[in-house]
Parts: sequence; structure tokens; C-alpha cells
Amino acid sequence: MSENGSKIWCRNLWKVFGPHPDAIIDSASDGSTKEQILEETGHVIAVKDVSFEVKENEIFVVMGLSGSGKSTLIRCINRLIEPTRGAVCIEGADIAQMNDAELRDLRRHKLSMVFQNFGLLPHRTVLDNVAFGLEVRGEGKKERHEKALQMLEQVGLKGWEKNRIHELSGGMQQRVGLARALASGAETLLMDEPFSALDPLIRRQMQDEFLNLHTTVKRTVIFITHDLTEALKLGDRIAIMRDGEIVQIGRPEEIVTKPADDYVSEFVRDVPMGKVLSAQTIMEQPATVVQSDQSIEDAIEAMRLKEGDWTFIIDGTGRVKGTLTLEDARAAVSRGLSRAGEAARSEFASTAPDVTLEQCLSLVTGESNIPVAVLDDERHLLGVITRPALFEAIQSDSTNGKQN
Amino acid sequence: MFDFPETLVIGRSISKWIDRVVDWVVVNWDPFFSAINIGVLRILVPFQEFLQWLPWWFVIIMVGLLAWRMVSVKFGIVAAGLLLVVSFLGLLDLAMITLAIVLTAALLCVVIGLPVGIAAAKSNRVDSIMRPVLDSMQTMPSFVYLIPAVMLFGLGKTPAVMATMIYALPPIIRLTNLGIRQVDPSVVEAGRASGTTSWQLLRKIQIPLAMPTILAGLNQTIMMALAMVVIASMIGARGLGIEVLNGINRLEVGRGFLGGISIVFLAVILDRISQGFASRKSQTRSISG
Ligand SMILES: Nc1ncnc2c1ncn2[C@@H]1O[C@H](COP(=O)(O)OP(=O)(O)O)[C@@H](O)[C@H]1O
Ligand SMILES: [Mg+2]
Repeated sequence: MSENGSKIWCRNLWKVFGPHPDAIIDSASDGSTKEQILEETGHVIAVKDVSFEVKENEIFVVMGLSGSGKSTLIRCINRLIEPTRGAVCIEGADIAQMNDAELRDLRRHKLSMVFQNFGLLPHRTVLDNVAFGLEVRGEGKKERHEKALQMLEQVGLKGWEKNRIHELSGGMQQRVGLARALASGAETLLMDEPFSALDPLIRRQMQDEFLNLHTTVKRTVIFITHDLTEALKLGDRIAIMRDGEIVQIGRPEEIVTKPADDYVSEFVRDVPMGKVLSAQTIMEQPATVVQSDQSIEDAIEAMRLKEGDWTFIIDGTGRVKGTLTLEDARAAVSRGLSRAGEAARSEFASTAPDVTLEQCLSLVTGESNIPVAVLDDERHLLGVITRPALFEAIQSDSTNGKQN
Repeated sequence: MFDFPETLVIGRSISKWIDRVVDWVVVNWDPFFSAINIGVLRILVPFQEFLQWLPWWFVIIMVGLLAWRMVSVKFGIVAAGLLLVVSFLGLLDLAMITLAIVLTAALLCVVIGLPVGIAAAKSNRVDSIMRPVLDSMQTMPSFVYLIPAVMLFGLGKTPAVMATMIYALPPIIRLTNLGIRQVDPSVVEAGRASGTTSWQLLRKIQIPLAMPTILAGLNQTIMMALAMVVIASMIGARGLGIEVLNGINRLEVGRGFLGGISIVFLAVILDRISQGFASRKSQTRSISG
């Protein structure tokens, strides 16, 4: 089964608010919309037949407009809200089967949560807020304060431990929330719009810090947001939610370049592509590639055949040695050189496959019309990015993207 | 006017039936009520004797200091002054009796009211049962409480404390319920997500955050207890109420007036000090920000 190896998975998850949720699910299956059902029966279908899986150490973003069921969904995962139907599995354990004690254990050790409005305890110090989860599971004062101090340091709040919550700014309060969630050592973080209540500037700063933190403190993260930019920036994969349903799951560039429907394309219309797309999404296969020990005449012939005026020269193991233009090739012939490798220029623009297009821009400023080479770690040629293709991709919106 | 058909009137048979039930309860539940009687007296009597044993100047100074700590220097002086006036009127000793009954009743209110208020906050069903009960308790004329108290406990201090306690119970139940329900749901949610048991949730989050409201309820409960204890003088509470009662019965207007004034002074002191206590608590547990 595909769920094997994933940290968390949900299958056919439903949450219906109202007196007779089960009856509603059966009737909802035959195609009535959320609004119709609300009007006719007074039931709210908050989460509708949702399935997904989250891999270890992945940041899985759930994005959707307000009211699309994101908060309900994430609360079904730690059962702050009881799912109406469907299965949620965490590290192989079905949470629906858990009794109260097992569920508490799960929340104390395996899942911690960060909230949009922080959910901090105003009557406690910063330190005792961070230590709360440890206190709840019965750890001694000294031990839990030590851990909490460490966490505060990690989120950059050293020196604030004796303060009260209301003495901190919003950004700092959410750091406390984050430290509290990390302190338990839980491997999975549930984050319900953690940065939405913050000013845009602070929000961006927190996003950067969170990404940094995530590289040092590996966690599996389910991250809720209504902000596409945030989703694209943080998400390894993104699920788009609408009216309780997940309409698309994919990596950021898939969401942007191949929106599943009009709803998603409307969403991603104004996305700055240069920030989202990476080199590998627009690279093409080079028209010609010449082995370094082939003759220069062969190289010229190959270029002519494809009506090109440049080629890449690779060695026997497929590593790129350099580039060769038609002009240089002809000059080399007249100078009496014979092997293509001898005529190649070893300086050329290259990039890694996961670099954003925006960063690639600086590589194509020169006079040369030789494209940027996309190389893997071992300098194998994966593809090339031509200047026109780069400009086109950066200026495109998703309607262009959709035709790709 | 018209006469309701005599044969349909059932009031008399109902009241007879109630009498019989009460007789039965009094006879068969006697050990139970005796136990309550003894329990109440165990708290009340030593407390009252202690207050009356204290030298008058010590009482005045202590109340003044307490008022200073809980309210302000100014009110500390005012409170001491008011008690001094009561002493000049010769009523300080009676005031201590009243105080003992009020505080004993208030203590019982806390012991009973807190758990009931918490239960009402945690369960909508309990809340919907409690609500009409509390409403009718508060609309009932206060002396109605005297009747069952006397029937079950006879005359004396215990029925006075019990009647006072029951009369003063609603505010602390209501405000405990309200306070806990008003705790920011996102904080409660964060607690639950951290894996609290419901007892931990109550102890570490809900009660501390509801404390300002609960203490406001305690203040109201104390004030109602004081109002009731005056009425409860009729069934043997003695204290300041007896002065008013005697003043009315014997048409000694002056005597009744002095008793009344002393009660007002006591009320002012109790009110301000308990309010001050509540607001000090809510400052340290500020929910601002
Ligand atoms: N306790 C509840 N009772 C009834 N309806 C609810 C409840 N909680 C949420 N809803 C409804 O469920 C839908 C999804 O809400 P929510 O999960 O909060 O969305 P989001 O977090 O995406 O804004 C909304 O229509 C909301 O009104
Ligand atoms: Mg939400």
C-alpha cells in the first residue's frame, strides 16, 4: 500500500457538523453542494472525503480560503475534533481506535500544535508556557525548565523567559508557541495558520526562520495557510482545499504550472513565477551534444544539421567539458585544431536544477547566446535554459502555464 | 368576584402532604441533619469565639491593615474608623458574631458553589438544570429560606448559617460557571492539544483564568450572606440583626437605627476588601495582550 513509509495519512476523511452527520454523508455522495446541504438540512460539511499522506520530515501545506475546512481538517488529525468518518493514521497507529489515555499520550509525545492566535497562557511566564507540555506529562521542574530554556534559545528568545506573555510582541509570542510545540520533542507539528496574525514583514521573517529551524530540527509538518505565497515558499507539497475537499495535491511548481481546475488557476494567476519555478521545470534538452574526442568537423556538421550555432562538449563519462560556438569551431579548424574538446571554452553559465528562475536571470546577462547549462552534482548535463525560454517563463501567468 | 368550586381546591391536601413528607424527613433523616448541625457548629463556634476573644483594638488594627493591603491606605484608615464607630456604639461584639456567620456561610458557599459551578461549566445539561434553580433561588423572598431551615434544624445558629448559605450560593455558582465558560477557547484548545487530562485543564488553565470572575462571584456571595444574616437573626443567628429586629419589635427606633448603621459599615468594609482582593488577583493574572 502506498501509505507505507509515510508519517501520517488520512483516508476518506469526513467531518460534518450537525445533529445527523452520518445521514448527510450518504446524501452528499450523490453530488449536492455544500451550500445546498447547509440550506436544506442545516448541516455543515467542513471536511469532505479528504485523503492524503505526509512523508517523514516533509512540510505539507494545506491551503484554502477561509471556511474551506482547513482548521477542521488539522484538528481531526489530533482529534481535537472527532472525525465523522474515515481514517487517520499516525506512525502506523489508527487514532480513531485510541482511548482517552492513548490519545493524551499521542498529544504529549507525538503531535504538537501551533495556533493562529498563539493559545498561550497569560497567567504564566514565557518559560512556564514553553514547559507546559512537559509539566502536563509529569516531568520535574528542573528538567522541564532546562529543556524549555534550550527551546527558547533555539527560537531566539533567550533572556525573555521570566517575562509575561503580554509583554511580548506578536512575532515573539508565536515563537513561544513554536518553542512550546518543539519542547515536547514530538516529531510531527500541526500548524494552523501560525503566521497569519502577524504583520507582513514579521510574517516573512518568521517564515525564513521557520525554514532555517526546519533544516536543523527535522520535523514532519502539516502547515495550514490561506496565503499562496507562504504555501509556495514553505511547502514541499501543497494541498489546495475548497469547500472541504482537496482539489489538488502537488509540489509548488506543479500547482503553479498545472493547476487542476479553474479554481486553482484563479488562485495562482498572480504568482510571481520567477520565485516559484526552478531551473529544471523549464529546461530543455540541448539540440546537440558533442563528445570531446569527436572531430571539430563533426561538431560543425551536427550544429548545421540542427540549424544551431552552439553545442555542449561532454567527456566520456557524460560530464560537461565546455561549450563550442559555430564561429569558434570554424576558427579552430583554420588554426589546425582537430578535436572538439580542444576548441571548447571551459567557462560557461551553469546552475543546479532546483535554483529558482529569478536566480537564473543573472546568468543570462552576457552577450553570449549560449544557454545556461543545468548540471547535477556531478556536472552531468541535465538540460539547458535558453534566454527566451527563461524570459517567457518568468513573465508568464498560469494561463500560459496551463498549456505546458 | 366568584367562588372557585370548593370541591376542586386541592391546596389544603397538598400542604398536608408536604407536611407529612417533611415530618417523615425530619424523623428518618435526623442523623443526617444532626451531622450537618455538628459540622457547621464545629466551624462556626471556634471561629466566632476566636473573633470575640481578640482585643477590640487588635481587630480594628488588623482590619485597617487588611483594608490598606487590599484597597488603599485611605480605605485602610476609613475601615479602621468605621469599626471604631461601631465600637463606640457598643456593637463591635455583635458585629463579630455577624462576621463569623457571614464568613462561615461564605466558606460553605465556596466549598459547594465551586464544584457545582465547574460542573455547570463543563456540562450543558447540568447548566440547563441549574439555571432555573438559581433563577428561582434568587427571586424567592429571602425569609422563605428560614422555614425549611427551622423545620430541619430547629432554632439556632446552624439553621441561620444554612439559610444564609443557600441564599448566598447563586452568585458564586453563576460566576464560576461564567468565568470558566469565558476562558479563551484557543487557550483551552492549546491545553487539550498538549495532552492535558480534564483535571489538569481545569487546574492549570481554566480555574486560574476564570479566577477574577470567580472572585467577583465571591464578593457578591459575601454581600448576599451579610444581607441574609440580618434576616436570619429571626431564627437565632443573633449578631447585629438582633438589634434591628428588637428595634422594630419594641418600636425602639434609635436602637434599630444604630444596628442598621453598623451593618452598613460592615457591608462597606467587606465589600471593598473582597473587591480589592479580586482585582489584585486579576492584575497578577492579567489577560491583557
Ligand atoms: N463547531 C462548528 N459547528 C458548525 N460549523 C462549524 C464548526 N466549526 C467550523 N464550522 C464550519 O465548517 C467550515 C470550515 O471551517 P474551518 O475548518 O474553520 O475553515 P478554515 O479553517 O479553512 O477557515 C466553515 O463553514 C465553518 O463555518
Ligand atoms: Mg482556520
